Amino acid sequence: MSGYFILAILALAFLVTFQIAKASEYVSVLKGEEKTFQQNNRINAFLFIVFLVLGLIAAWWCNELFYKKTLLAQPAASDHGEKIDTMLWLTIIVTGLVFFLTQILLFWFAFKYQYTEKRKAYYFAHSNKLELIWTVVPAIFLTLLVGLGLFYWFKITGDAPKDSQLVEITGKQFNWMMRYPGKDGVFGRKNYRLTDASNGNALGVDWEDGSSHDDLESTEMHLVVNKPVQLVINAQDVIHDVGLPHFRMKMDAVPGIPTTLWFTPKYTTSKMKEITGNKDFVYEIACDQMCGSGHYSMKGLVIVETQEEFDKWLATQKPQYLTVKAAVAEPTTKPATDTLKTTALPAASKPIAQNIQQ
Amino acid sequence: MSSESIDHGQQGVASASAHDLHEAHHHHHHEESFISKYVFSQDHKMIAKQFLITGMIWAIIGGLFSVIFRLQLGYPEMTFPFLEDMFGKWAVGGRISNEFYYALVTMHGTILVFFVLTAGLSGTFANFLIPLQIGARDMASPFLNMLSYWFFFLASVIMFASLFIQTGPASGGWTIYPPLSALGQASEGSKLGMDFWLVSMAMFIVSSLLGGLNYITTILNMRTKGMTMTRLPLTIWAIFFTAVLGVLSFPVLLSGAILLLFDRNLGTSFYLSEIVVKGEILPNEGGSAILFQHLFWFLGHPEVYIILMPALGMVSEVMSVNSRKPIFGYLAMVGSLFAIAILAFLVWAHHMFVTGLNPFLGAFFVLLTLLIAVPSAIKVFNWLTTLWRGNLRFTPAMLFAIGFVSLFISGGLTGIFLGNSTLDIHLHDTYFVVAHFHIVMGVASFFGMFAGVYHWFPKMYGRYMNNTMAYIHFWVTFVGAYLIFWPMHYAGLAGMPRRYTDYSNWQSFNMFADMNRFISTVAMIVFAVQLLFVFNFFYSIWKGRKVTTKNPWGSNTLEWTTPIRPGHGNWPGEIPEVHRWPYDYGKDGRDFISQTEPVGEGESHH
Repeated sequence: MSGYFILAILALAFLVTFQIAKASEYVSVLKGEEKTFQQNNRINAFLFIVFLVLGLIAAWWCNELFYKKTLLAQPAASDHGEKIDTMLWLTIIVTGLVFFLTQILLFWFAFKYQYTEKRKAYYFAHSNKLELIWTVVPAIFLTLLVGLGLFYWFKITGDAPKDSQLVEITGKQFNWMMRYPGKDGVFGRKNYRLTDASNGNALGVDWEDGSSHDDLESTEMHLVVNKPVQLVINAQDVIHDVGLPHFRMKMDAVPGIPTTLWFTPKYTTSKMKEITGNKDFVYEIACDQMCGSGHYSMKGLVIVETQEEFDKWLATQKPQYLTVKAAVAEPTTKPATDTLKTTALPAASKPIAQNIQQ
Repeated sequence: MSSESIDHGQQGVASASAHDLHEAHHHHHHEESFISKYVFSQDHKMIAKQFLITGMIWAIIGGLFSVIFRLQLGYPEMTFPFLEDMFGKWAVGGRISNEFYYALVTMHGTILVFFVLTAGLSGTFANFLIPLQIGARDMASPFLNMLSYWFFFLASVIMFASLFIQTGPASGGWTIYPPLSALGQASEGSKLGMDFWLVSMAMFIVSSLLGGLNYITTILNMRTKGMTMTRLPLTIWAIFFTAVLGVLSFPVLLSGAILLLFDRNLGTSFYLSEIVVKGEILPNEGGSAILFQHLFWFLGHPEVYIILMPALGMVSEVMSVNSRKPIFGYLAMVGSLFAIAILAFLVWAHHMFVTGLNPFLGAFFVLLTLLIAVPSAIKVFNWLTTLWRGNLRFTPAMLFAIGFVSLFISGGLTGIFLGNSTLDIHLHDTYFVVAHFHIVMGVASFFGMFAGVYHWFPKMYGRYMNNTMAYIHFWVTFVGAYLIFWPMHYAGLAGMPRRYTDYSNWQSFNMFADMNRFISTVAMIVFAVQLLFVFNFFYSIWKGRKVTTKNPWGSNTLEWTTPIRPGHGNWPGEIPEVHRWPYDYGKDGRDFISQTEPVGEGESHH
């Protein structure tokens, strides 16, 4: 019912606008087209100045409202993130200056040079000097931005430090799965054809490879503060993207083509709660590449903690190989399979169920 | 070069005047039927109108889709029963399903990018303006030109039909990245809808190629006597580069689309490797999902300039005419268009900085991408100088031209953020990107298109559009565009990802609910005002104030030397000869000097 009401109001608004528009056309014929033109011209010129002034005020107000909600208002949670923030601020300053200069000139010119009968337009077709200036000056500023940008880019995308913690993250519709290499520091070999989520092998690990036997699997990503971490990124079905907004990092997860990224977390989760003043703060992994109908719910968790806390967590984890083997040892007894399903598969099944309900 | 082109011009005139005699002789037997005049027309002006009106219909559909998904984003907790009445199972309980949301987003992008801002914009103004402004009776091949429209129409029919199939239209985003778009198991929209999308796009590419080849040939070969390349209006230069971009890049998308069709239907593995989808292990190995992105963006990036460049040209023309001043730095304007066209081919991988692209390779794309800012800056400063000390007439077209410059600056500057790979790591696929491309490519190009429609409407239909409605249209759209897209930059700087149906469950992004509601509300108002424009357009075709003079804007270009309602062939007599460039406004104390006027003896040089 309210829908029809809105439609009726809309139709009425249209009708009124149309009638006014038509009437104004008749009036212009009566008043003389030249006079109406001049009047309209003055109004529009004035509106451009109004737009400029109100626009600048609105931009300031918008900043007041939203600045605190952006990540610029809190420190970057990784060393790379700090570089990115520096670059971001520099770019904001340079482009900001150009923005205000050109927009103010544009609307001011529009107002100042509005039509009058008295003025003749100035015939000014070109000036090599001026054109040279505004070719060279932007080029210099851009060289600066490109130079600094690439300097940071190569630092960020350069090789990870040798002592980096390794974590593998695999995306699938619509959740993330983590794997840790265990004590040997080496991930067990994988073969996608071995993927069998219902038997505890959601990642397709080749159990024949001995180095897989101490690998840990988890639904959360636990990281140690101030220790570099290298992510090895995979996808099983479609392209996903490991988005880590607080660390300012991002990398696609592409089926068949592993990718990597590395960074050093600077603040533990609990420290970030203090910094942001948000008791519920968590580091979230957001999927940043359209991956299907549950894309918006494809969330992962990162927990940054001290080395002690990390070690404590690690001690509670059981290698996936042992979990699977325990299940295989008693294949016929029903309770064992049930245990397997509840313990080995939270990664695969639980978040999906949660997500779909949302 | 120039003497050669004059020769061609003379031949053109000679054969055309023979054609005139022929027509005059047979005049009484030559009444055009309804079908040949309005449907299967070979008159470039009618084809232009067909493109424009088809584009407008698509714009309404594509715009409406955005309003519907903005309802979901702005009011995630509300239900809208009328949506269920309209869309049935896609909006059960008055709430948009996830599949439907993504289908809407995908179709909104596809429709606006290809059907409205490519076909609707280039198709309209290339067809309408090329023969009129270079002094030709029609396109080089009117028949291919007609086919170009009808292939577009066919593409439209197929795409429209895909909206009605049971599994819905394509829903993997307008960039249709495989494997999502290749695997029916991965998404409802990747079932039959995706095949429709690909076939429709293939038809669209054929249309675009037929049109583009025609535009290039016509501009190079059919200019009237005296119309050297450096005397072309900037609209024609812009359309020329646009057509070259299209002809060189669209075939690459076609190949990408065909390989995707193979992967989908014939079991090939161009883009697929080591995939487990919904527990099913696929046999495909050895393909590369990234290959598709290279093929797609090799078109996709030029495509954004295909959309933008005609607007750049039309804005230059409209601005000069209504400033009563020559465009400042004509050659620099042509040069910067050329530079943009070349660079457009060399920057595609800046869409792929975070795909695992080799960082060293990425560095070149950063450099080349940011290089585009130089010609863009030249254009902006040249427009500003064109306004400086002009005598500005704020016709609706001029308002949109000035609005265009403002948006071009705003959206262009954010490109400097995204083109810098270091910042792209953080901002990639966030709302910052949404804000950037909607402003610079979406709204700005629309503004160029509106400027064109208001400016050339009198030439198209011999009537004016209503000014009051046009002013309302401009101001609401201009203010609305900023209100919608300016705040989105902030959401982007918070890392808020695009293409999420619902943010309420995210600790990191749930603080923008108010902003989203505000944006949705403004979007609906702006959409309603576009309907006012559409109404004004159609009303004015039949009821608008009549044009009483040949040259209502006091313009120099050739189209205003034709009769008020030109017939097929454009000039009843001989095609006029051109003696000067098109921007002699305010020269030697004269308001304007048409291109057809010979250079006087004591005339100063520009």
